[in-house]
Amino acid sequence: MLSLAALLPLGAPALPLDEAGKYVAGAYVVFLVLIVVYVAIMAAKLQRIERELRELAGFAENRAKGEGAAPQRDEVSA
Amino acid sequence: MYGKGLRPLSIATVAMVALSLSLVFFYAPLDADQGFIQKIFYLHVPLAITALVGFIVGGVFAIAHLRTGNRKWDAYSYVSIHMSVIFGVAVLVTGAIWAKASWGHWWVWDEPTLVSFLIVFLMYATYYPFRYAIEDPERQARYASVFAITAGAFVPLNFMAVRMAQSLVHPRTFGTANGGLPGEMMLVFLCCLTAIALLWVTLVKFELTAKSASGQVKRLRRALDAPTPGAASRIAPEVS
Repeated sequence: MLSLAALLPLGAPALPLDEAGKYVAGAYVVFLVLIVVYVAIMAAKLQRIERELRELAGFAENRAKGEGAAPQRDEVSA
Repeated sequence: MYGKGLRPLSIATVAMVALSLSLVFFYAPLDADQGFIQKIFYLHVPLAITALVGFIVGGVFAIAHLRTGNRKWDAYSYVSIHMSVIFGVAVLVTGAIWAKASWGHWWVWDEPTLVSFLIVFLMYATYYPFRYAIEDPERQARYASVFAITAGAFVPLNFMAVRMAQSLVHPRTFGTANGGLPGEMMLVFLCCLTAIALLWVTLVKFELTAKSASGQVKRLRRALDAPTPGAASRIAPEVS
């Protein structure tokens, strides 16, 4: 497999590639980590919204059942 | 409503980021002066430009909010500033790494470009405590808009002041007497700028969609008169 150095045109780097590579990798990794952390936080928020929606759907269904059942009881009692 | 077009936008962003990274590492020539370390330029500068433009965009949305009174624009302004602050963190960290590699120092206090960006960043960092120090949502949105407009106007003024200052150490890449970037580097830079700008737009849209969904859940809960689980988040304005 070709190394990254072999793919790049050789210039006169201020730092040798092995040393400069660490800094370049560091900068790109920091950016990537920042984006991943942000997306993870947003994913957690979306999960919370989804959970709340499920709860609300359950609450609405229970209430609808309760409302549906109440007139029946009234009819029986009447 | 905010989620419309989010999927194609996300796909375009991922494709553009992948293309840009490929161009940075396999197409852009090595800089004669800085060598491989100059690859940070393709990340750091687009991030800085996008963050600064994002702050200005936040100010423009704030103007729309004050003109119309529509809270939607306040949410746009908030999310634009929020995303630009996150990008600002990336600018400061990548800049510090580049400075350490090039100059041997993580930070140089007598460099106007660095210090001015830090001032802008810190100014926007005060946006959050400023905003959430106000309880009334209407006043909160209005004051935050005034802040966003004032700070947004400061950003280009600050940029121009720095450009007029003569610096010895921070490189001037565009419009220099030596002719600026060569064609291949410029092409790669423009691709990177497009990718980072697309990423910013996608994340802004993503966050607006999440806030909209959260706001609708709260409205639904109120309409159903359902019990609220825990304290409601006051970190962001509600959007419908």
